[in-house]
Formats: sequence, structure tokens, C-alpha cells
Amino acid sequence: MNAWAINLAGIIVMALIVWWFWLSRPQARRVSGAGAIEIIVDNGVYTPARIEVPAGKPVTLRFLRKDPSPCAEKALFDDLGISADLTVGKPLDVIVTPPRPGEYEFTCQMRMYRGTLVAK
Amino acid sequence: MKADATAPRGAVMTATVPVQADTCRLSISGMSCAGCVATVENALKNVPGVTEAAVNFAEHTATVRGNVDPKVLVAAVTASGYGAAELRGAEDESEKEAAELAHYRKLLRKFIVAGVVGLPLMLAELLGVMPMLDTPSGRIFWLTMGAVTLWVLIYAGGHFFRGAWKSFLAHNANMDTLIALGTGAAWVYSMLVVLFPDLVPSLARHAYFEAAAIIIALINLGQALEMRARGKTSEAIRRLIGLQPKTARVIRDGQELDIPISEVGLDETLRVRPGEKIPVDGVIIDGHSSVDESMLTGEPMPVEKKTGDEVTGGTFNKSGSFLFQAKHIGADTALARIIEMVRRAQSTKPAIGRLADKISAVFVPTVLIIAVITFLAWFNLGPEPKLSYMLVATMTVLIIACPCALGLATPISIMVGVGKAAEYGILIRNGEALQQAGKLTTIVLDKTGTVTEGRPAVTTLLPVPGWDESKLLSVAASIETGSEHPLAEAIVSAAKARQLETSSASDFQSITGHGVSAAVDGKKVLFGNARLMARHQIGLGELTARAEELAARAQTPMFLAVDGVAAGIVAVADPIKPDSKAAIARLHAIGLKVVMITGDNRATADAVAREVGLDEVMAEVLPGDKADKVTALQQRGEIVGMVGDGINDAPALAQADVGYAIGTGTDVAIESADVTLMRGSLHGVADAIAISRATVRNIKQNLFGAFIYNVLGIPVAAGVLYPFTGLLLNPIIAGAAMAMSSVTVVSNANRLRWFKSGRAQP
Repeated sequence: MNAWAINLAGIIVMALIVWWFWLSRPQARRVSGAGAIEIIVDNGVYTPARIEVPAGKPVTLRFLRKDPSPCAEKALFDDLGISADLTVGKPLDVIVTPPRPGEYEFTCQMRMYRGTLVAK
Repeated sequence: MKADATAPRGAVMTATVPVQADTCRLSISGMSCAGCVATVENALKNVPGVTEAAVNFAEHTATVRGNVDPKVLVAAVTASGYGAAELRGAEDESEKEAAELAHYRKLLRKFIVAGVVGLPLMLAELLGVMPMLDTPSGRIFWLTMGAVTLWVLIYAGGHFFRGAWKSFLAHNANMDTLIALGTGAAWVYSMLVVLFPDLVPSLARHAYFEAAAIIIALINLGQALEMRARGKTSEAIRRLIGLQPKTARVIRDGQELDIPISEVGLDETLRVRPGEKIPVDGVIIDGHSSVDESMLTGEPMPVEKKTGDEVTGGTFNKSGSFLFQAKHIGADTALARIIEMVRRAQSTKPAIGRLADKISAVFVPTVLIIAVITFLAWFNLGPEPKLSYMLVATMTVLIIACPCALGLATPISIMVGVGKAAEYGILIRNGEALQQAGKLTTIVLDKTGTVTEGRPAVTTLLPVPGWDESKLLSVAASIETGSEHPLAEAIVSAAKARQLETSSASDFQSITGHGVSAAVDGKKVLFGNARLMARHQIGLGELTARAEELAARAQTPMFLAVDGVAAGIVAVADPIKPDSKAAIARLHAIGLKVVMITGDNRATADAVAREVGLDEVMAEVLPGDKADKVTALQQRGEIVGMVGDGINDAPALAQADVGYAIGTGTDVAIESADVTLMRGSLHGVADAIAISRATVRNIKQNLFGAFIYNVLGIPVAAGVLYPFTGLLLNPIIAGAAMAMSSVTVVSNANRLRWFKSGRAQP
């Protein structure tokens, strides 16, 4: 019984890992109007990490890097061919126009920091 | 250029702008009155997003507020008929370096603190002098150790726990997650053993505080070492940024003033003295000098500059003092664009790195699942003390897995490789070009300006009876005066050198790939190759044989016909660059087939080919057909690199698997080329291919190392060898391996910094 419970718990934990990290998505922050969207780069995450923007319109993403580790020094938008060098404590505006609806990922060089622009 | 984009890049407007309260300053040129001020202001105010625009006529500057890309502002001013450029200061790396140094020291401090706690504990454990858990004094000792280790985890490892939690909330998992779970589990289990020993079987009553502390110490050390090694990977960019002087000597109201470079406006007059760096790009208006451009082009010989010549910011003025007018400032200078291009290229990834990216994206959750499987496997199948084995194996799996090495493998090599190429005056546009360059089988060289100097001169004049050399050259020069062809320039300057009179030509027509026709002194004159003569049914007689003889000596014969009768041959030769032969031998040595493509006649092309040792010659190719010839080679299964001037050869460069624009000096705006060679020598092509191959090899080593490390390390950590050998990895060893894996990848990439060109030094 005890063994079954532990094995079952293990399987549930695995299912939760799959669900939490792969199947569910955090709530996207919706952008309305002009003005820059501030993205804090700290503690291994972009905050907010999922941003909903209008497709085909320029959007300003204002990156503010707080994490001094070298992992955080670049923000790369592979699909849009953009690379931004972030300096600790200095905000940097990245103006980007997602050409069509879809998801555009932005990451650090090692892909540990991960964010998504959801163009609608 | 082979764009790999899933989205059309041309449709995406991008800019990265340091935020200064949404303010942008522009230098404006061409304003002469208050009316101009209003026009420029209106143009700026009409840009969507601009909230305020003010033009200062005295300073010729505009200050714009609003959330707008400066490039859009510059375009708006240009469209209104004026010149504009963003005023931006020289980049300063010192702040970044100071922040990096502070972080490096902090990591070392954390390493020392965690090591000071963990190491004595580990040694005492090894020597067997630890107090027993089941005595009152032993429990007090272990409780104290638990509290000290908790402090270590918070002080030296707090950032891992914070990162893990924040990532978790964002539905993300990264290296922090693995370290926090591994060390956190060790601490919680150990505290459980100390506080509630009865809950744990007697054989499994073992505390792992030393493991948690030492793992945190080692990972901090690994990050510090990685940071140090990483600093070296951006050496090339730092060197380029360092080329830009901080100040410029500008002449305002007749006074020479030293001002910060960010204050230099368009069209301002600047003075450069011997031994000084040229601050921005411009044109010399008074004086002459020799300028060392090697820092940008890799060309060791200084270049003579006189009034009317262009000078480039960041290059070194050697001998004379001169005045020049600023034409490109701030982000528009060649140096700024080179830095931007290198930076962009350093951040791009070739296809070879995409698999690693895909794996990185799912890596950590996969490791978490493997850790749970490990835990269950030891629970179901492991020997006693089961609980200890379960904890040790699971913790070791979490600690040994290294997503960073995998994620770093490609970008870090690209960063060093692209930077190294820039040191040789080779600008690689993206990682894809770099990977393709490593696979090339054939190099196609355009003849004029690539294999040869591109500065042809008249070498032979062969008039038919009844004509003399002067008359022949004079008529040829008359017809060619209106042409922009390089051969035409050679003929016109030869006529000038002999002080011959020329007549004006009318009805000028240029027939691509054939020659020109016009009316000179009322006579119909044709001047061009044998095809042009055949087209107009001009009998050439023995001139044909003479032309073949000239062509066999690498001269380009052109026939002159007046009123339907041949008048003679004017032959022009374009000298072969002195190092073309040696560079082509290098291309052969690295296993490439070298083909030359030219509009020239077959015999001339063959003569050049013999001289420099080419494998194949495509002669008499019309300019518009060069891209088709490249396609034909690709259809034969060749992976083709095309080397040309980037302007006339643009379609062929774009068609090739890798397009190399050669000899462009400091003009880096060659959109059609994947690789821009700032030096005129073909050695640049051989260097570019050698660097590309070395970089791709380095990436492969890194990827192989990172894959193998994880593919072997994780199962061994899970204990797959245990049933056969009794081997179970110590979590501290796993921590050391994990800390060193990223350092190894970065250090291997740094080996590219020692890349040496195979070019024989003169």
C-alpha cells in the first residue's frame, strides 16, 4: 500500500511537471495604447514573460536588466532577427513589429530566460 | 543570402535605443533659413508618436520627444529634403566592465563563504570524526550545522532559490530550478534526519549539509570562472569600440574647440593632426595625409588621402594635418555600423545550433522527470538504506544536468569566431553564412576587381593602314567619354595622358556585353568586342588573329569601326593583383574548386586563368547571366561561394550559397553579401573560409561535449552503473562536473581567439 502510494505520487508529480511546464501557459499581459512595455530581467525570468501585442504594429519593449549574471546580457528574438545587448540598471527600448499574428519567442543566449510575444 | 527567418525580416522594423526619457537628438544639415526650421519641425511632428520637436537653428540640431525609432525620424527629415543623423555618444564599455567585475567578486565571495562551511564538514566526514546523531551533543552539533548551512544556502545560494521560484511561477524551469531542488532536498532531508531521526530508517540516518554547501560553492566558482572566460569572448567588440576617440576638434566661428564626439554635427569642419585618430566619417576639404586603416580593413599599408577623399572615423592619421567635413556621425559612421553588424552577427545562430535550442527548451522539465523516475527506481529496486540511495541519486541527477553548456555551445563560438573575423577585416552577416562557408565546394571569382586590380590601362594600339595610334585612341576616347565602364575610363585617361583632342559624341548607345555605338563628327562609330562587330557585319580580316594574340597575353582587345569599316584595335589590360595567385593556391589547398567568371573574351580570361591557376573559366558571360551560372553550378551539386564587388554582382552574390563582397574598403553597406571583405585581397576569402571552418568545428566540439556530458552524466548519476559496478556518483563530484562543464565550453570557444591566418606574411 505504502509502495503503491509512493509510486502513484511519483507518477502524479511527473504529470504535474508535464502539465505545468509544457501544457499550461501563464496569463499574457495585454498591451493597449502607446507607451513602452517594461520587462524586468531578473531572477532567471522576464517579467512579464508573456505579452500580447497587436500584429503588424510597432511595439516598444523596455528591457530593464537587474540580473548581473552574463546569462541576462542579451535578449534575442530569433524569428525577428533582433538582438539587444542589455546593461545592468540601464533600460533599453527594443522597438519591434511582429509581422503577422503568431507567437514570437524571446530568450537569453542560453534560452534559460524565456518570454513570448503573442501577436494578435 | 540565405535568410532562415520564419518571418520576413524586411517587414520587421527594429531598433534598440538606450532610454533617455524618450528624447532623441538629431544633427540636421542643409538648413539655411528660419523657413527650413519650420519645415524640419513639421516633418518631425508629423511622425506618429512624436510629442514634441524643437529645431535649434544655431546648433543645427533637433530635439525630439516621443516614443519613436530614431531611424524613422531621420527618414522623415530626409524626405523633407534635409540631412539628418542621430547624435549619440561613443559607447562606453567601462560601466559594463565595472558591473561585471563587481559581480565576479560577489560570486567569488559566495564561493569562499560556502566553501569555508562545506570543506571542513566534508573533511571531517571523510576522516570519520563527526559526532553521532543519536547523542545529545551530536544533535546540537548537527542542528547548528543545519542552521549554518541554511545561512549558506540563503547567502551564497539565495539567487538560485529566488530564480527557481520566479521561473516556476512563470511556468518555466532553468538551471536555478535544478540547483535549488538538488541542494534544497539535501538540506530538508538532513534536517529531517536531525530533528526526527525516528522517521528515517537507522541505516539512512545521514546528513548531507556538506554536500549542499559544497555544491553551492562549486557552482558559484564555476559561474565566476565562466564569467571571466566570457569576458574574453567579447574582446573583438571591445577593441572596435575602443577605436572611437572620445573627443573631436571642431572649427566653430573660426575657433578650434575640443568637444565630445557626441556633439559633432553633420557638415561641421574638423581638424585632425598627425598621430590622432579621425573622429567621424567625412571628406577632406583641405590638406593631405597618409591614413592607417588597418584597424578596420586589415590592410597593413597606409592609404594616401588628399582633398576630396573620404576618411573614416576610428582610423589613424599618420603624417599630415588636414581639415575635413563630417558626413556621417553617431550611429551612421562606418565604425558604428561595423560594430552593430558584428554584434548582430554574434547573436545569430546557424542551423547547427537549432537542435541544441530545441533540446534546451525542454531540457530542465525532462531532467525533473528523470529525477522522479530515478527516485522511484531506487525506491522499488534499490538496496537498503533505500532512502539514502533515493536521495543521493535524485540529488546527483538534478545537480549534474547542465542546460547551460548546451545552450552556450553554439552562441559562444559564434561570438568569438565572428569577432575574430572582424579583426581580419571580414564582416560576417550571420551564423548561417558561417556554417554554409564551412561546407563550400566551389568558389566563383569575378575577374575584374577581384582577381585583377579593377584598374585597367591601355596597353596596345593597333591601327589598320590609313589610321595612326593617336587617331585611333582619340576616336575611341571620344565615344567612351560618356561611358562609366571601367575600360572606358582607361581609354579616356590614356587619351588625356597623350593630350589628344576628343570630339563630342551623340546618339550614344551602350549595348550590354557588346560595347558602345555613337555618332562622332558625323560618322557612325562602333567600339566593342568581336560580338559587336559581328552584329553589325563588320569585316575584321587579320585583326581577328591579332586580337587573339593579345587576348592570349591577358589583354582585352576592343575593335573600333567607323562607318562600317574596321579602324583598329585598342587593347586594355587589367593587372592581376599581386597576391591573387597565392590566395587561389590557399583556396585550392583547403580543397575548393576555383572558378572565374567574366564578361571578357575567352582568350583573355584563359590567359588570366593560366597566370593564377584556376580550375575553370566562364568567359563572355553577360552581367545579367552571372547569377544563372551560379545556379548552374549549384544544380551540379556544388555548394557555391561567389566573390564579387557587391554592386554589379549583387544578383550572383545573392544567388550563391555564400556571397562575398570584396575590396569595399570601409563601406559596409553591402546588403547582397553574406560576408563583406574590407580588404581588396583574395586572401580575405581564404581567411573567411578558414575562420568559418574553425568556428563550425569549434561549435561541433562544444555541442558534442555538452551532449555527451549530459547523455552520459545523467544516467551515471541516476545509478545505471550501480547494478554492474556498484558505482554511484557523489553529488559533490556532480556539482564539480556541472560547474566545470560551462567553463569548458567557454574556454574551448576562446581557443578561436588564437586563430591564425594561413597567409604567408610578406
